[in-house]
Order: sequence, then C-alpha cells, then structure tokens
Amino acid sequence: MNKVAAFIGKNQYSHMIILALLLLVVLPLSLDIFRLNLVGKYLTYAFVALGLVLCWGYGGILSLGQGVFFGLGGYCMAMFLKLEASSPENTAIQSTPGIPDFMDWNQLTALPWFWEPFHSFTFTVFAVILVPAIFAFIIAVAMFKRRVGGVYFAIITQAVAAIMTILIIGQQGYTGGVNGITDLRTLHGWDIRTDDAKYILYYVNALLLFLCLFVAAFVIKSKLGRLLVAMREREDRVRFSGYDVSAFKIFIFCLAAAISAIGGAMFTLQVGFMSPSFVGIVPSIEMVIFCALGGRLSILGAVYGTLLVNYAKTSFSETFPELWLFAMGALFIGVVMAFPNGLAGIYQRYMEPWLLKLSKKDESPSAPAVGASEKAPESSDEPMTSEERKHA
Amino acid sequence: MLESTKSIPAKDFVLSVEGLTVSFDGFKAVNDLSLYVEEQEIRVIIGPNGAGKTTVLDLICGRTKATEGSIKFKGKELTKLNEHQIVHAGVGRKFQNPSIYEDLTVFENLELSYPRGRNVWGALFFRRDAEVVAKVEEIADMIFLGDKLDMSADLLSHGQKQWLEIGMLLIQDPELLMLDEPVAGMSVSERKQTAELLQRITKDRSVLVIEHDMQFVADIADRVTVLHQGKVLSEGSMDRVQSDPKVIEVYLGH
Repeated sequence: MNKVAAFIGKNQYSHMIILALLLLVVLPLSLDIFRLNLVGKYLTYAFVALGLVLCWGYGGILSLGQGVFFGLGGYCMAMFLKLEASSPENTAIQSTPGIPDFMDWNQLTALPWFWEPFHSFTFTVFAVILVPAIFAFIIAVAMFKRRVGGVYFAIITQAVAAIMTILIIGQQGYTGGVNGITDLRTLHGWDIRTDDAKYILYYVNALLLFLCLFVAAFVIKSKLGRLLVAMREREDRVRFSGYDVSAFKIFIFCLAAAISAIGGAMFTLQVGFMSPSFVGIVPSIEMVIFCALGGRLSILGAVYGTLLVNYAKTSFSETFPELWLFAMGALFIGVVMAFPNGLAGIYQRYMEPWLLKLSKKDESPSAPAVGASEKAPESSDEPMTSEERKHA
Repeated sequence: MLESTKSIPAKDFVLSVEGLTVSFDGFKAVNDLSLYVEEQEIRVIIGPNGAGKTTVLDLICGRTKATEGSIKFKGKELTKLNEHQIVHAGVGRKFQNPSIYEDLTVFENLELSYPRGRNVWGALFFRRDAEVVAKVEEIADMIFLGDKLDMSADLLSHGQKQWLEIGMLLIQDPELLMLDEPVAGMSVSERKQTAELLQRITKDRSVLVIEHDMQFVADIADRVTVLHQGKVLSEGSMDRVQSDPKVIEVYLGH
C-alpha cells in the first residue's frame, strides 16, 4: 500500500480512498438503481473531464472536441452490441435478416465491411481504445508537428466535432443517423438491461475510472507531468532543453482521447444506446465545463466537478428546464473568473490548511516537535535533504 | 587569459558558419556571414541594435531557418535539424530574457534539463536517482543557488533567474554554449559573480556570447566579433577591435 502511495503521492492517495468509499460504498447503498445508473452515466463523462485535466490543465492544449473520442468509443461498443442484437432470429421480419434494423430501413442489403470485425468482442475492446487514439494521433500529428496550438487548435477540434456529427447524421444507413444506435440488449448473451446488470456495470465503470485515475496520477507525477507544466509556460525553453515538444503533446492528446473513449464505451453499456448528440460541439464544451468547475489541475476535482454539475443539471432542469443553460453558462463564467482552479483550488486553498492543522493538532502530544502544529502548512516548504528528494 | 591569444589553426573549429544569410521578406537580417569558433574559445559578439546578433544565435540553434549558407558543428550540418536535435548534438542556448519554468522549483528546473529520458517513454519512466540528485546539487552550488533548490523559481531575483538558466544549460553539458546578454539587468556584484562563473564553466567547452557591457566583454572574451547590418565588420582581440577605425565609427565611438 505504501508503494501505491509513493507511486501517486501520499495526499492524492488518501483523497482517492475517500472517493472510492463514496463511489463504491456510499452511493450504491444510499441510491436506488435508477439513480445509481444515472450516477454511472455521469461518471462516464468524468473520464472525458479527466482526459481534459491531462491535456488542457497540464498540457495546456484546450480541446473543444473531446466528445468525438467519447463518441467513437461509445459507437465501437454500440456496433458490437447492435450486431449481437441483430441476430437473424431477432430480425427475421426484415427484408434482409441479420443486419441492424436501421440498415434495413435504409435499403442496405449487406453489412458494410467496417461493421464486420465488430462481431468479435476482443476486437471491439481493442477498437474502443485504439480507434479514438489513432484518430487523435492523426489530428495531433497534423497540428502539433506544424506547431498549431492555443486557440487555433481549439477551433480545429471544434470543427472536427461538427464534422463528425454531420458525418454520423448524414450516413444514416451506416451509423443509425440522428437516432444513433439504439435497442441494445445483450453482451455475450448477458442482458445488460436488468437491474443486476446495471449494478455490475456501475462497478465495472467505477473501477475503470479508478484505473484511469491511477494512470493519470502516475503521468502527472512522472517527469513527463512536470514537462507538460514546463511546456505550458515555456515551450521554447523545453525545446532547447532537448525535448521534441510535439511528441509530448501528441502523447498527452492521445492519452486523453483513449481515456475519454473508455468513458464512451461504458456510457453505451450503461445507458443502452449511443447517438450523435454525445459527439458534437455542445457536449464537448459541456465536458470542458465539468473539468473547469472541478479544477483543471485536479484529477479528482474533475470527477467531483462532473458529478456536481450533472446533479445540478438533473435537479435544476427538472424544475426550470429553460433556465438551465443560462445557469450553467453563469456558473462557468463565475468559476473561471473567481476560481480559476475550480473546486479543487478552493479546497486546496481553504479546506486543506484547516484540515492539516486539525490533524496535526490531534497528533501533537506524541509529536517530538512542540509548536509544530502552528506552522504545519508551511512545514513542507523546508529544504529537503538529498535522501528525501529521491523519494519525493 | 594568457593562453587565449591563440593563432587560428585551420582544423579545430567547433563551429563553422559559412555564407549564412537569412532574409525576412527581403530584409537581410544576416547577410553572407562567416564565423569560426575554436574549441574552448570564448567568443563575444557585439554590435549596435539590429545588427543581427540574436538572429545569428537563433539560426545556429534552429529557432530560425536559414535562407542560405551552412552551419557546421563538429562537422555536422545544423541547418537541416530541429531544435531538439541540435541540442542533442551539443549546442545549448540561453535566451535574452531569463527563460525558466516559473511554476516549478529550482530543483525541478534543473532536473528537467538533465540530459536523460528525453523521449516520451523515457520521461514517463524517468527515475530521480542518486546520480540525478547529485548532479543537480553540484550545478546548483556552482550557480550560487545551492540553498534555494526547493524554492519556486518565480520567487528568484532577476539575476538568480539568469543563473538558473545558465545552470539549466550546464547540466546538459553542451560543447557549445550560446549566451544572449547573460549579465543584462544584473547588479554590479552579480555581474562579477557571473564573470567568475563563466570563466569556470567555459573550461571545457566553447562559448558564444552576445553582450553590450564592454567591461564585461573585456573580462571574458578570447576574441570579439563585431556585427553591423548583418555582416562581420571586424574580428580579433578586444584591443584590436577597439582600435579598428570602422568599429569606432559605427559603434564604440557613439
């Protein structure tokens, strides 16, 4: 366990445990399956927000098209589930049995070639991660090798999101069009619509989220994480320290895309469909808001931010549906102006020193240094010895 | 400083710049420039504003692409390489304004410059071992920042930031070190310390310096190159250059 703590940082470790208790124990025990399934759906967005913490918060690459990767992951999973739901027996009434219903409606008589491999679950699992990652790689190489960055990059990602939506809607026969891919039923014969399945999928989703959180924490704590921070401010200096800046940007953008895609696949499994409304510009920008509100430099903040905004969205939009968008806009502007580091920034600034003081006070009778409690928050600023530095 | 009055052997050039020209929309910032730097030489480039001094450094380190000409570093053509490849070849560059990572500590600034784990996977699995820590501490002592390792770099004074950037180059151990106005904005005592620092660190490498402070130039230079309108106006020892009538006319006389 200490090894894990050293791996991702001690403080992060205890915060992770609190989040784990909340997601794995408190919420499942206190919510009915309908609400829990809703939380599970929100948590799939947290994958995207987590990806944004890496590429936007640390890498300084603002992407307004993360919905594309979420969607690609979700569509890959949906294609597999749809093929399973479209067995010749289930689709006997169609003019071409054995192909998805929307293809039949669009006068397709054979399964398109790119749907074929999605008969295999193993292929699908790889495709969920690799298709979005490769797509992200192509965008990133084209942009970052030419040193396109900042606002220009954000606009291009937004254009990609728009193009993707138009493409999906336009190619109805291949993609299910504006309705998306619906009526998904089983995974290897296991009905994903039952309450039991929803519980299991919620846990699978939560565990995958933790896996991604660990990966993200590892990346941030590695030298690569510090390089990203360095690049954000002084790209030239990093270049003249002998690093190929574009390679690092490509890496972090692809990693963010892959993480988002896992969220997309879990969305399809838990919600039972995938549609272009999760791919376009609006959902992509919403994801940025989740990340900004939670704190773009905090991987756990991204999770809390996503949960809170979505909770507010659900409860608020039930009562005032037309006001919600304005409220969300106001919330975003307010947070960015007053608290650029979001909820995590507020926590670190106000709550943490207080908590630290509290915990130090509890220990002080046994602690050798009297008076250490008063200067607790500063104590970490003291010079470290070489030995300590190695383990920091 | 005595061994610095070397003659010019044809062979030992670390850096040979030949016929270098760069044109920005027709304006030739550097025009048919040739420059040869020997091993372990401290060469200072002086010249009035707009003479093309910084552009020459930009061209050598790959920040600006040359229109014509060649830059050979230890026999390797640099004009075709990317910035990071030029760094790997052994050229280090310090910018005019201190260019350091303000969000990171002094230690982390130096650590990032340590020449190991420079690709994506290397950086991901880089381990801060005893060797790295020892090297960072050694360099930090050298640049007078040994007691400030855990300080956030944005809290350093201007002069200390300049030293930190020099330290970041030193840890790369380049064979050619290029410094753009290393003492600009420094106090008198900081200048003195910097001159000593430069004397010490230039022992086993060549250095190319741009500087305006004539006293400082006289203190450190083996040879001086005077640039004017993108061309070499004069070259030689400080005394020779200072007594060159062409130089007096365009630069020193003012």
